Amino acid sequence: MCSERVKLYGAWASPFSRRVEIALNLKGIPYDYIEEDLRNKSPDLLRYNPVHKKVPVLVHNDRPIVESQVILEYVDETWPSHSIIPQDPHDRAMARFWAKFIDDKCVISICTALFWSRGEEQRKAFEEAKENLEFLEKELEGKKFFGGERFGFVDIVANVIAIWVAAFQEATGKEVLTEKKYPCLFKWAQEYTSCNIILKETSPPRDRLVAFYKAHVEAADASD
Amino acid sequence: MAEKGEVKLLGAWPSPFVMRPRIALNLKSIEYDFIEETMQPKSDLLLKSNPVYKKIPVLLHHDKPICESLIIVQYIDEVWSSGPSILPSDPYDRAIQRFWAAYIDDKWFPSLSGIAKAQGEEAKAAAIEQVREGLALLEEAFGKCSQGKDFFGGENIGYLDIALGCYLGWLRVSEKMNSVKLLDEAKTPGLTAWADKFCAHDAVKGVMPETDKLMEFAKIIMARFQAAAAAATPAK
Repeated sequence: MCSERVKLYGAWASPFSRRVEIALNLKGIPYDYIEEDLRNKSPDLLRYNPVHKKVPVLVHNDRPIVESQVILEYVDETWPSHSIIPQDPHDRAMARFWAKFIDDKCVISICTALFWSRGEEQRKAFEEAKENLEFLEKELEGKKFFGGERFGFVDIVANVIAIWVAAFQEATGKEVLTEKKYPCLFKWAQEYTSCNIILKETSPPRDRLVAFYKAHVEAADASD
Repeated sequence: MAEKGEVKLLGAWPSPFVMRPRIALNLKSIEYDFIEETMQPKSDLLLKSNPVYKKIPVLLHHDKPICESLIIVQYIDEVWSSGPSILPSDPYDRAIQRFWAAYIDDKWFPSLSGIAKAQGEEAKAAAIEQVREGLALLEEAFGKCSQGKDFFGGENIGYLDIALGCYLGWLRVSEKMNSVKLLDEAKTPGLTAWADKFCAHDAVKGVMPETDKLMEFAKIIMARFQAAAAAATPAK
């Protein structure tokens, strides 16, 4: 078992770095955590991730791995106990598909609707966000987790839906993920931090997260 | 291997994304039915098989759809595991290839498309420069991954070769249409040599469209795009 010299460069408010914390904790892998100030990135971060200059960065035996989903697959392959990604090739393909959908489409449409757009563009963004959430709702129907009976890869990647979307909504005063429209997704999100102590421990404090995004909204409004 | 009708691929000849699973299936010597999608309008089969994106490629294996080109390539690698490996076996090497494949799709290819979309000489020059910067990074990655061999995958074509190589047709179109060299023996010698070997590979040459044919197709697309933009612009 190669559990020495694991370092994680992350940021408390980043859902991407929190994903890696979830995976490492679920597998019981000891690691050093380094909190990055993203307004003042450390020389180490810039050295380990020169292409994107972002968190998370996992450093294992002095070799950096970047991009949260790439890191999750690496962690699962290196420490196979308590597996995150399904074994069956079709199930693996579906897990990768939904994880990619969440990051490439879902999150972007939600952020565009809640933060980044106004007027007609915002109306369209809301429509797109709703459509995307409907796909997730349908995928979750009849299941305890996206991974079926077990919390898995898609559930980890969907941390942003479970925790951050609620904070975005409170910070902006706008809603997109409602219990009425998406009962399965809403219930899954509500129970997210209570279904496993590790999820509770690796989640940022709700008030702090809301305050963080409220500050962003105020700064953006001030510069309009 | 695969029974008749077991494997189908919905696609279209000009699409670099469709090329990816085709190369993967060829590497594994898997026979498949290629169903050419006209895309205008999209077929019922496509809409039913890929309701989320409504895009090609879609692999149908025993009629179960798999979508997203690189996810399909990984699926092919895992299902037909007795054939030549597409992804390396070491987790770190796999992570490096996945990283660069994501970079190519998320950053580099949009910069290549950016050349065609650029308005005016200055914007075009800036777009070209961005593509070249990306290629410089990929040249370095090629050096590390290939370790002196012909491909990112080493002796044989692998995941990252497929991820980048599928765009070579469109890269050549961009070079011709803008009279520029993007791949350059002086600046990107590794990638320049790699590009020729990739295109000549048995698994690739039957599915890589000819540059001239792609160029004709590109002109039709651009004409449609410009007509739509003109129609959307209010009359003065």
